[in-house]
Amino acid sequence: MSDVIEEKLKNYRTAPFDARFPNTNQTRNCFQNYLDFHRCNKALTEKGQDTTPCEWYQRVYKSLCPIGWVQKWNDQLEAGNFPGKI
Amino acid sequence: MAHPTQLGFQDAASPVMEELLHFHDHALMIVFMISTLVLYIIVAMVTTKLTNKYILDSQEIEIIWTVLPALILILIALPSLRILYLMDEINDPHLTIKAIGHQWYWSYEYTDYEELGFDSYMVPTQDLASGQFRLLDTDHRMVVPIESPIRMLISAEDVLHSWAVPSLGVKMDAVPGRLNQAAFIASRPGVFYGQCSEICGANQSFMPIVVEAVPLEHFEKWSSLMLEDA
Repeated sequence: MSDVIEEKLKNYRTAPFDARFPNTNQTRNCFQNYLDFHRCNKALTEKGQDTTPCEWYQRVYKSLCPIGWVQKWNDQLEAGNFPGKI
Repeated sequence: MAHPTQLGFQDAASPVMEELLHFHDHALMIVFMISTLVLYIIVAMVTTKLTNKYILDSQEIEIIWTVLPALILILIALPSLRILYLMDEINDPHLTIKAIGHQWYWSYEYTDYEELGFDSYMVPTQDLASGQFRLLDTDHRMVVPIESPIRMLISAEDVLHSWAVPSLGVKMDAVPGRLNQAAFIASRPGVFYGQCSEICGANQSFMPIVVEAVPLEHFEKWSSLMLEDA
């Protein structure tokens, strides 16, 4: 199971087509992967498990989201006023 | 790039633009033929000495000038829809590049592997080097590998802009807070120019776009160099 995700991470080129977001507006695609990364981290660390699978979401949101947006959200997370539910 | 006294599109640098170009030629030829026919008929009508005051109807010509236009419209619609669906195909991109519009420059981000980001300002007219194009060349070009499907994600930091490169057949609005996706493949190496296509203030005409398509090895060398410089 973990080697599947490691294969995918090793062969990562760019964010693949996501059928949940088939249209021109990819804003939600970026935001959803950012949320999923943090939620995945939170869920797996609570269970005491390895967080390697969460790296997929990180690679995808890093590919899709503008650097400025990511920095702003990271600052908001640190300050505790991030608008999304983690 | 565009040149003086240009009438048609710029040479296509992507498969989609090629299709659009050929479709445009096809539709325009039909339009020219119809216009010529109509103009000829008008001139013929106006200059003839023949008259007939007693024509009431004519089934044959009515049928012809109903069926023929319908056929012509189908001949235009079929390639048009073909291209429409072709442009809508799900593609599997090799690379994602973000283009973000600011007043008044573009910034490009390549973040699939490392975090590479840089700004692209127009070269002011007084600083042009010999051979550079006025109002078109920029200090940093957006370099892409040839023959790779590229996913562009276009956004803006302040007001509306629009990222357009005619020879690649791409134009996409840059909206603050929104990420718009466009895709293209650069079929051949070359330098392709575009300009900001949405009203964004005093210097809309002075924030051009330059895409440089190069073989993959050159792209890899360029991105390593850019990362070092950053």
